[in-house]
Amino acid sequence: MHEMSLCESILDILKDQAAREHFTQVRRVCVDIGPLSCVEPEALRFGFDVVMKGSLAEGAVLEISRPAAEALCLSCFKTVPVRQRFDTCPECGSEALQVTSGEELKIRELEVE
Amino acid sequence: MCTVCGCGDTHEHKHEKNHVHFGEGEAGVSVPGMSQSRLIQVEADILGKNKIFAERNRQYLTERGVLALNLVSSPGSGKTTLLVETLERLKGEVPVAVVEGDQQTSNDADRIRATGAPAVQINTGKGCHLDAHMVGHALEKLLLDEGGVLFVENVGNLVCPSAFDLGEAFRVVILSVTEGEDKPLKYPDIFASADVMVLNKTDLLPHLDFSVDDAIANAKRINRTIRVLQVSARTGEGMQDWLDWLRSALASQVTGTSHGQVAE
Repeated sequence: MHEMSLCESILDILKDQAAREHFTQVRRVCVDIGPLSCVEPEALRFGFDVVMKGSLAEGAVLEISRPAAEALCLSCFKTVPVRQRFDTCPECGSEALQVTSGEELKIRELEVE
Repeated sequence: MCTVCGCGDTHEHKHEKNHVHFGEGEAGVSVPGMSQSRLIQVEADILGKNKIFAERNRQYLTERGVLALNLVSSPGSGKTTLLVETLERLKGEVPVAVVEGDQQTSNDADRIRATGAPAVQINTGKGCHLDAHMVGHALEKLLLDEGGVLFVENVGNLVCPSAFDLGEAFRVVILSVTEGEDKPLKYPDIFASADVMVLNKTDLLPHLDFSVDDAIANAKRINRTIRVLQVSARTGEGMQDWLDWLRSALASQVTGTSHGQVAE
């Protein structure tokens, strides 16, 4: 359950932002979680509610966006969509794919008061 | 809340003599007709803090010419046995130190210390992985000799440690032949993030249906550049290849070759 410690990191970032941007309450946290980022969204959601309890983000909504994952095919040199690390190229069937995006793990936007 | 200093107190400011407050609303902002909620663009990496600690560790280690390896695997893959055998063989040749990560007990650190190597045990409690902050504190307790090797034995777990850079030069994943050859496909993140895969317990191969070729093909499917070494820490078979790789990795660390560029 490393998602729990990721939620602790999210809380740290919220506290830093609260000091910088002068807010006391977080209503919504929008995160980008790439499909290849080794995070299970449901586990993150569970951890989020537990970790945020009693904090400035208690009761906040966690909005998870899943940006598309892409890879460069080293055989046909096309950029292709992938869903898992062991996917093959949908264009030419090659296994030689180099992941170029989909590992995102970031807070994009906050709704605060 | 005070919109000047950002505090959420009841406004008894010792640092300001004349502090005037407007607005008694929940957000402390009195702007008629405007909602008190607002959007903030953040674009913050959730692992940002860990990455900062990891870079600090990496710099500290690189400055001392210390080669740091992050050893990851599932529980029972033979990490500690591999480590003990490695330490025995490096004795007198290269300075070594070990950071041991486990949820509980100091059993592994005790096994390491029995070889004469200095070891610090990190107990993560309920934690399922080491992070760069924990390792930074462990480094404070270890005397690292210049040009040595630091082995960080992560918590036995093929999932959680994958996201946490510890500041290592190389990540080594250990897969034992008593596990399935499809482990790299089942747990792709850790194999994708590793530089080396040690296939351990090869002395047991005659008793198993394990296909070495399939295991290597699966690992390469996840990570095309992963280097595979076949080892039996128990019989010593393949240990020479592993030690040769270690020595060339150490040489690249001392000469400042960047990450991942160990000579073939």
